[in-house]
Amino acid sequence: MTGQGEQLAIRAEDLVVGFGARLVLDRLSLEVRRGEVLGLVGGSGSGKSVLLRSIIGLLPKRAGRIEVMGVDLDRVPDRERRAVERRWGILFQQGALFSSLSALENVAFPMREHLRLSDRLRSEVALAKLEMVGLSVADANKLPAELSGGMVKRVALARALALDPDIVFLDEPTSGLDPIAAGDFDDLIKTLQQTLGLTVFMVTHDLDSLASVCDRVAALAGGKVIAVGPLAEVMAVEHPWIEAYFKGKRGRALGRAVLHMGT
Amino acid sequence: MWQQREADQLHVIDEPTLAATGQDGLTVVTPKGDWTAAFARELEALVGARTAAPTSPPARIDMKGVGRLDTYGAWLIVRLARVLGSPGAPADIADIPEHFSALMAEMGATNRTPVEQPPRTNVLTDGLAAVGRSVADLARESLVFTNMLGAVCLSLLGVVLRPRQFRLISAVHHIDRVAWQAVPIVLLITFLIGGIVAQQGFFHFRKFGADEYVVDMVGILVLRELGVLIVAIMVAGRSGSSYTAELGSMKMREEIDALRTMGIDPVNVLLLPRILALVIGLPLLTFLGSMAALYGGGLVAWLYGGMSPEIFIARLKDAISVTHFKVGMIKAPFMALAIGVVACVEGLKVQGSAESLGLQTTNSVVKSIFLVILLDGLFAIFFASIGM
Repeated sequence: MTGQGEQLAIRAEDLVVGFGARLVLDRLSLEVRRGEVLGLVGGSGSGKSVLLRSIIGLLPKRAGRIEVMGVDLDRVPDRERRAVERRWGILFQQGALFSSLSALENVAFPMREHLRLSDRLRSEVALAKLEMVGLSVADANKLPAELSGGMVKRVALARALALDPDIVFLDEPTSGLDPIAAGDFDDLIKTLQQTLGLTVFMVTHDLDSLASVCDRVAALAGGKVIAVGPLAEVMAVEHPWIEAYFKGKRGRALGRAVLHMGT
Repeated sequence: MWQQREADQLHVIDEPTLAATGQDGLTVVTPKGDWTAAFARELEALVGARTAAPTSPPARIDMKGVGRLDTYGAWLIVRLARVLGSPGAPADIADIPEHFSALMAEMGATNRTPVEQPPRTNVLTDGLAAVGRSVADLARESLVFTNMLGAVCLSLLGVVLRPRQFRLISAVHHIDRVAWQAVPIVLLITFLIGGIVAQQGFFHFRKFGADEYVVDMVGILVLRELGVLIVAIMVAGRSGSSYTAELGSMKMREEIDALRTMGIDPVNVLLLPRILALVIGLPLLTFLGSMAALYGGGLVAWLYGGMSPEIFIARLKDAISVTHFKVGMIKAPFMALAIGVVACVEGLKVQGSAESLGLQTTNSVVKSIFLVILLDGLFAIFFASIGM
């Protein structure tokens, strides 16, 4: 392993993913550094979620290489692959909580499967994780059906963090939340990222999240990464999609804010 | 945390320890090594042993020697501090390495109140309560069933008055699914049942030299009872369950609420076409099934019983009448109605969880098969009393 490889959490090279005759990702390359928050933006159907799902191995790729924590997941035995899988946590768009388990049991579930813990320690740490994401003890025994949308996302984040992962993948973490809740969630992600030293790979549509949480932003269009870097740099790239995205009505306000921050 | 990662890479494992020393009336507890989830068992034992040993109250935890730390280790140190200190004032945690301080602060703020344990229950009273609840449920469920039956009849009346409201395409689609696509399996099963009944008949009747009466038995049994019962039970398992699952997942995804808010009656759009499809489809399947069973019976009579097809058909003509056929066919639409209404009621009862979808689907099949058999019994009494 090279020194540079050590600093990369995720590395995708010449990735090709498609459905039938349609190529969604066309020789895409992307690098995510350790300890950073990378925001992935792109229009609807541009393949953001497809990229996320092919990195974590839920979608087959036609060509290319994916390395996570310096390990090429296609070329290692199952045991090593599972070891890498234990080092990431995933927040699905709809939460994907197990509907027959309570919030606390949902968080405790990966611990029960992967760690040798006493019942007491497991429930204490699970509760601690729930409290870290801003839920109260009163919510711990509720079933997912009894939780609000924002609370479901929080429980899902707590579950993603259950095994103290090195990387968390967030698929539109703030979609469906009101602006106040979304803002809180952004702060929460930033705090947890700093506290736990996480690498965060975040698919998002939320311009505010990009500005407040992400260290770097990657823009996806036409199956390729068209720009990657700090938000201000990406916004300056001349590309029709980027101009439409950031210089539209909503993007302009953000642009002013980012430029203001820069000065 | 960064150093921790580096150490991870080098696979240097440093067994955790927990030592305690006394210093002028102050107990200093020093955790050392890797305080991570991998050592959770050992760590808990260490913390447990330290907690069990009596210490004079003023205590301090010195974290200088901790090499690696994750949320599990951090929580155990926080737990230790709380036990060593007095309630409300945990023991001091000193010399926290800088890269762990945020994590320690975060963990220190958690688990202040324990999770409420569900109250202990008495097995005996719980059992009695469950019996009582299911009796009450039975009454409530018959009410819901009647209610749904009424809603479907009302919707049917509305469709009769204003035929344009009827969802013809949807009804045809469902007839295709529950009747047409079920034809092969229904034919196969009833053919086999007919054959089995005939074989058993020959085997046992032969002892009395009553071979010929096998035809009477097969004919009457199949037309009056077996044909319709077997087909209804199959349809309950095949189509009733799929109705429940479909409606249940629509309910989970709020599709039914969406219909309601558009001012569209779900009974009209979703339930009536489904139930009508069953009411039309089940008699057709019953007819086909009965024919297949007679065919199976005849084939066994020929191959196993040595009765030529001509004799079988002639004997069948004498043995059965249109009445037997009518008795079977009259029952079919009523059974279809029961299956359809139960399936829809159960589907609409589904709550948010996957578990409840499974539960209601099971309930739907069990209840509709029970109702089909109950109806069959009631019809038997009814036909006997009117002499059919």
